[in-house]
Amino acid sequence: MSAKPSTPFKTAAILGAVAAALAGHATPASAQAQEKCYGVSLAGENDCAAGPGTTCAGTSTVDYQGNAWTLVDEGTCMDIELPQMADGSDRMGSLEALDRDLPEQG
Amino acid sequence: MSSDARLPLTEEGGSAPTALRAAPPEYLDQEEAGGLSPSERAFRARLASGSGVPPGLTDGAGRPAGRRFDVYRNNVAVGLREALESGFPAVARLLGPANFDGLARAFLQEHHPAAPVMQRYGAGFPEFLATRLPPGRLGYLPDVARLELALRHAYHAADATPIGPETLAGLHEDTCLSLVPAAALLRSAWPVFSVYRFAMQPGSPRPAARAEDVLITRPGFDPDAHLLPPGGAAMVAAFAESAPLGAAIAAADADAAETLTLLLREGALAAPKETRR
Amino acid sequence: MFDHASPLPSLPGVGFKSRHFADLMDDPAPVGWLEIHAENYMGDGGRPLAQLRALAERFPISVHGVGLSIGGPEPLDPDHLARLKHLVGWLSPASFSEHLAWSTHEGVFLNDLLPLPYTDATLARVCEHVEQVQEALGRQMLLENPSSYLAFAESTWEEPAFLSEVARRTGCRLLLDVNNVFVSATNLGYAPQAYIDAFPLDRVGEIHLGGHDEDHDDHGAPLLIDSHGREVADPVWALLDRVLYRGGVRPLLIEWDTDVPDWPVLRAEALRAAGALARVPA
Repeated sequence: MSAKPSTPFKTAAILGAVAAALAGHATPASAQAQEKCYGVSLAGENDCAAGPGTTCAGTSTVDYQGNAWTLVDEGTCMDIELPQMADGSDRMGSLEALDRDLPEQG
Repeated sequence: MSSDARLPLTEEGGSAPTALRAAPPEYLDQEEAGGLSPSERAFRARLASGSGVPPGLTDGAGRPAGRRFDVYRNNVAVGLREALESGFPAVARLLGPANFDGLARAFLQEHHPAAPVMQRYGAGFPEFLATRLPPGRLGYLPDVARLELALRHAYHAADATPIGPETLAGLHEDTCLSLVPAAALLRSAWPVFSVYRFAMQPGSPRPAARAEDVLITRPGFDPDAHLLPPGGAAMVAAFAESAPLGAAIAAADADAAETLTLLLREGALAAPKETRR
Repeated sequence: MFDHASPLPSLPGVGFKSRHFADLMDDPAPVGWLEIHAENYMGDGGRPLAQLRALAERFPISVHGVGLSIGGPEPLDPDHLARLKHLVGWLSPASFSEHLAWSTHEGVFLNDLLPLPYTDATLARVCEHVEQVQEALGRQMLLENPSSYLAFAESTWEEPAFLSEVARRTGCRLLLDVNNVFVSATNLGYAPQAYIDAFPLDRVGEIHLGGHDEDHDDHGAPLLIDSHGREVADPVWALLDRVLYRGGVRPLLIEWDTDVPDWPVLRAEALRAAGALARVPA
C-alpha cells in the first residue's frame, strides 16, 4: 500500500462524516431483504446464493449431447458492447481478499 | 422421451475427458485395483469414457443392460450441469442456454467435484471460462463467474459479529479492523458489477466500458454485491490485512467516508483485534 | 453397543428444503421430524446452519449422507468422515443413514448413487466401511437399499439377503426405501412383494417414500427413474401398506428433491403418510 499516513485530524473528520451518514441510514440491513438476489430467488426460497446442493435422486432430464461446442449468438451478453475493454487493461481481476479461504476444488 | 434420447457424456471423436476418466488403462491391469471385479472396473471406465456398455451388466432377464447403463451416465452429467447452473445463474443468462450447456458439459468432463460437498463445486469455472472462451467481447465473463463464486462463498461463510455504528466513537487512528469472513473484495478490469446487475435485474442500465471494484457483504444471511468508488478497493484491501484505521482511510483518499460508511452499514468490519501503538 | 437416547418417532417426516422453513416453523403438522442431507450442512455458517440449529430445537433430525461411498472399493475419505463426525457431533441427530452405493473413485466424486455387485467380496467391503462409520461416529447407522436400473451378472446375493447380512455382521440397522423397492422390482422384473417378504423388517429403523418417473429400456420394457420429483405413486403406497402391516409402524419420510413444490403439496403427501401409519393395527 503506497498510502501516506493520515493525520489524526483527518481520521476524526472521516469518522464524523461516517457517523452522520449512518445516522441518516438508520434502516437495518434486513429491511432491504427484498432487493437481494436481483430477483433470482424462487418464491419463498430466500437462498439464491446457496449454490448447488446434493441429491440422492436420479433424473429423467436427458443430457442431449450436441456436436462440438461453438459460440452462438444468444443470451444477454449479445446486448452488451464493450469495445474499449476488448484488449483488457493492466488491472486484471484479482481476488486477494476472496482467495483467503476459498477451498481448492474442481 | 425418444428411445435414443440418452446419449453418452462424450461425443464420438470429441476430446476425451480427463479428470472423469476413472482409471488409466494400465491401472486396470494392476493388482491394486483394490479388489474390484472386472464388471466394477468396466463400470467405472465406461462411465467415464462415455461410450459403450460394460459387459456383465444386464436387465432382469439377463440381456445386456444397454441404455439402462446410460441412466447412471446421464444422472452424473445432468446433476453436474444443473449444479453449475444453480451456482452461476448470471453467467448462464449472459451466455444463453445453448452456449452455457456446451461450456458446462466441457467443464464437467474435466472437473468433477473433488469432494461430495456440492456447494464447493465450480471453483475452477472462472479460470475455465478464461481459457475456453474466444478472446474479445466476452472477456468479462470470468470475472462475473468470480463474483458469483464470491457471493456463494459469502452465503456459506462463518458467522461473525460485526462492529456497528455505535462503535465509531471508540475508534481511533491506530485501531486495527478486519473484514468479517463473509466480506470480500473483487477487483476487475471489466464493469463486472454492471454486467452482473444487467444480467440479473431486469431494467438495469447497460454496462459502460470501465473497470469496477466490488464489495461482497452478507448482512444477516443474504449476500449482496456493492459497487465501490474508485478509492474504495484500497480501503477494503487494507482491512483485509487488518490494517490500522488511519492507514485504511489514507488508502481510500477522497472515497474514505463513503467506503467506510458502506462497510459499517453492511456489517463487513470485525471488531478490533489489536491496537498498534 | 450404541446409545439411542431419542430415536426418530414413528410419524411422517419430510426431507427439509430451505423454502419450507417458515411453513414448518409455523405449523408443521402432521410432520413430526425432518431429514437433511449431511453434505448440505458442511459450510462454515450462514443460513443453512442457522436454520438447522432452529429446526433441531423443534424437531428430531435425521442426517442422511449421500456422499460417503460406502459401497466403493477404496478406503472411506477420511476428510469426509471427519466432516460427518463434526456435523453429527454438534447436532446430535436422532439418526444417521447412508446408502448401499458408491460415488467416489480415485478422489473423484461422481455425484450419483452408483450400483455394486452383490458378492462375498463386496459384502466384506461394505461391512468394513459400515463398521468404520459406526466407529467414527460412535453410533449405529442405517443403510438404505438403492434404486437399480440394471443388475450385475456376477452377483451371488439377493439384495434383501445382502442387506440382512450386513446388518447381522455390523449391528447396523436398515433404511427401507419402498419406492426404491418398487423401482428396482419393476426395472429388474421381480415382484416387489417378494422383496418385502424377504427383507429383515425387524432391522428397519426408517422408511423412505418418493416419486419416480417412467421411461423404457431398449426393448420397450418399463424403466423407472428414482427422480423424487413428484407424488408417491399409488402402487408404492400399496406396497407401503404391506411393509407396515408386516413390520409395524416406523418413521416414514417423504422425499421430494427435484421440482420441489409449495408446502401444501408436500404436506398433503405427509398427511397421506400419516393415514398409512394410522391404518396399521396396534
